[in-house]
Amino acid sequence: MYNAKAVIIGIVIFVAIFSSPFWTGWIGQDYTKTGVVLPAGEKECIEDTEFMRAQHMRLLDEWRDQALREENRVYESALNGKKWVISLQNTCLKCHSNYSEFCEKCHVANSVYPYCWTCHIIPTEGKR
Amino acid sequence: MFASLVLVLLIAAIAWIGASVGLAPLFGVVLPYAAVLVFIGGMIWRMTYWAKSPVPFCIPTTGGQEQSLDFIKQAKIDCPSTTWGVVKRMFTEVFLFRSLFRNTSAEIVENDPVNKGPRLIYYSSLWLWAFALIFHYSVLVIFIRHFRFFMEPVPAPITWVETIDGIMQVGSPRFYWTGGLALVALLFLLARRVWNYRLRYISLANDYFPLWLLLGIVCSGLCLRYFDKTEISQVKIYLMGLTHFAPVSAAGINGLFFIHLTLVCVLLMYFPFSKLAHMPGVFFSPTRNMANNSRRIRHINPWNPPKQYFTYPEYEDAYRDAMAEAGLPLEKQPEKAAE
Ligand code: HEC
Ligand code: HEC
Ligand code: HEC
Repeated sequence: MYNAKAVIIGIVIFVAIFSSPFWTGWIGQDYTKTGVVLPAGEKECIEDTEFMRAQHMRLLDEWRDQALREENRVYESALNGKKWVISLQNTCLKCHSNYSEFCEKCHVANSVYPYCWTCHIIPTEGKR
Repeated sequence: MFASLVLVLLIAAIAWIGASVGLAPLFGVVLPYAAVLVFIGGMIWRMTYWAKSPVPFCIPTTGGQEQSLDFIKQAKIDCPSTTWGVVKRMFTEVFLFRSLFRNTSAEIVENDPVNKGPRLIYYSSLWLWAFALIFHYSVLVIFIRHFRFFMEPVPAPITWVETIDGIMQVGSPRFYWTGGLALVALLFLLARRVWNYRLRYISLANDYFPLWLLLGIVCSGLCLRYFDKTEISQVKIYLMGLTHFAPVSAAGINGLFFIHLTLVCVLLMYFPFSKLAHMPGVFFSPTRNMANNSRRIRHINPWNPPKQYFTYPEYEDAYRDAMAEAGLPLEKQPEKAAE
């Protein structure tokens, strides 16, 4: 092998980078469940759970457009036909009042940092 | 071109059907492990294969004045004469695609006023350079962003990249520029091969296939993020299971995810054996990694057979008596040599 020293360093760097998902997994923690705390006393979300897990950001986007562009502040659930007031703070966060153990817990684990809270207010669970 | 498209669609269809008839473990566990092994093993093989190949001549491509007399200005980056110069050149090549920047396009102008007739004109053509650069950097950012699926807790630098990538705060989930730019750049790179008839003539299946494959990956990825979403946290749990060698059930994950994953696996397995291996290949390219110093330092062809030398003292030893008889001048006279 020519330039063996440089080539071996290169190969080691290559392998280190492209196998990193495997070895960094051992350095950090495992992630086997989302560990969110569901609201007590409620059974159903606005839509079915599958939909909420995957699509809640798009639902919020739609809500925002409905409320601010269409002046429509009522949302009818496709799940059970219930009518909901379109509001991030007063609907979502009324049931999911424990922000840090619900929304945030799941978001931080998946590296999602919504910028909504620069304007909207997170309920503080009566601390203040 | 169409054959490669059909091939990519076929792979996607197989993955989708496979995942929906309950072969998710095959496409979601066996294939990724196999792909990673083939990718890493294949690349090591490829690199050692290159490293073992002798370079018979000193053949750097030069694009400027070589090192000469002191008062002649050397093009230090385009015609490096030292290892440090080669490093600088390699850096600009890898990070800025410097040699692509000099791409020209030739065109015959029928009625040129200067020639009063047809004339061949060369233009600087930066399209390929621009889109290649956009594509590669987008893919780099996308690659880095995907590490949110492999790491817990997610390291801060990945978050910074995401913040910058989604800085426009369009839509929800936030639109990441690199995803869109990678798609646009790929479409350009494909269109270039299809509409430039000279390029089309020299394009082969192994040019189209990687493009379609990457398009398939980018499109399925964009779909998974913005349209037919799947539950991200579930996907992370699934992938963390893979990287911890404790695969978990894939139930509840959108079939589209398996199309995405399978296409990525195919890409990984295809990578070492295709032109995509230019990733490490650029460092092994003698036209890039050698200094243009052939006037100062002799480049010895490593595959030359070992030389059979016959030095003058040996020659004299062999023929001393005959030379003395013929009266030729000798370094050692026979009586002295006998001592
Ligand atoms: C009526 C109270 C209520 C309201 C209002 C509500 N949710 Fe829910 N949400 C729930 C309940 C209860 C569950 C658990 C459902 C289950 O486990 O099947 C849930 C589940 C979820 C989940 C899935 C969590 C998981 O991983 O299991 C998400 C995400 C979610 N909600 C987001 C929202 C968002 C965003 C809003 C506002 C648009 C909202 N919810 C409004 C009660 C509510
Ligand atoms: C620049 C500040 C700002 C940011 C950032 C922001 N919003 Fe809003 N949002 C507003 C204002 C102002 C209203 C109007 C309130 C009203 O008319 O009741 C609103 C209204 C809404 C509404 C409908 C009405 C209500 O009371 O909830 C939704 C839903 C909403 N925003 C969602 C979001 C989401 C989701 C995000 C993050 C992705 C976000 N917003 C980020 C300022 C902001
Ligand atoms: C089960 C995990 C989970 C829970 C619980 C959850 N989210 Fe999310 N959320 C996500 C994921 C994952 C994304 C990113 C989606 C993507 O990258 O495609 C996201 C994205 C978002 C976004 C868009 C962020 C952006 O700018 O891209 C908003 C807004 C949001 N979530 C609001 C909420 C709110 C409000 C709650 C609590 C009521 C909540 N989420 C609860 C997983 C969750």
